[in-house]
Amino acid sequence: MLITNIETVPGKNIVEHFGIVSGSSVRAKNVGRDIAAGIKNIFGGELKGYTELLSESREEATSRMIAQAESLGANAILNVRFSTSSVAAGAAELYVYGTAVRID
Amino acid sequence: MTNIVIFLILLSLGYIFGRYAEKRHFASIKKREEQFAALPAIMLKKPLNQSEITDSHIVYGNAVISIDYFKKFIASLINLFGGSISSYESLVDRARREAILRMKESAGEASEIINIRIETSSISKSAQSNIGAVEVLAYGTAIYRE
Repeated sequence: MLITNIETVPGKNIVEHFGIVSGSSVRAKNVGRDIAAGIKNIFGGELKGYTELLSESREEATSRMIAQAESLGANAILNVRFSTSSVAAGAAELYVYGTAVRID
Repeated sequence: MTNIVIFLILLSLGYIFGRYAEKRHFASIKKREEQFAALPAIMLKKPLNQSEITDSHIVYGNAVISIDYFKKFIASLINLFGGSISSYESLVDRARREAILRMKESAGEASEIINIRIETSSISKSAQSNIGAVEVLAYGTAIYRE
């Protein structure tokens, strides 16, 4: 599966469009990470636990999007966008969407 | 009385460790930015040169950077009078540059990264805990040539 965030695939032609595909993942931070983050809030610096958490859930959202595209018979997803929103206190939704196409 | 002592201890801890962490982080960002200077990250939607492209795919990097107690205090003071909060400006700057560097690191042998998007979100709206942190995600399409 080829994923890009530009509108074409360089050197390839688009044969067929399948429309929008998307994947999302809602994650809550766990208590341990919250405590560690609370301590880090005094000293400053990077919150490694959160960085990992968010990148893991983004990967999960991406793999859901890929599964949807595969079920349509696509072999590439173009013009992919990421978006983040907080749905509830302590939880974040990571949403990824793009256009599924078949290239030759 | 004890409250004031705890407050002053937290404030000085935040000042000392926060400054040290920021200094070290900026030094490492500068060093790595020089290292990756040969890999251009551009906002254009099309590659500079259409020929000899062997592969292209999405790459991304993210970073969550937390505020320290001293900066938080200064910011709440400035909030009363208004004005620019430089302590927050340097925080967001660090997060953005770090995210872009991580994106470049994950691109491997790419010749350029095009159509860069940078997205910022704050991780602070938790009910009980008042965590002040900013997340930056940078993503783009890495172009590989022969």
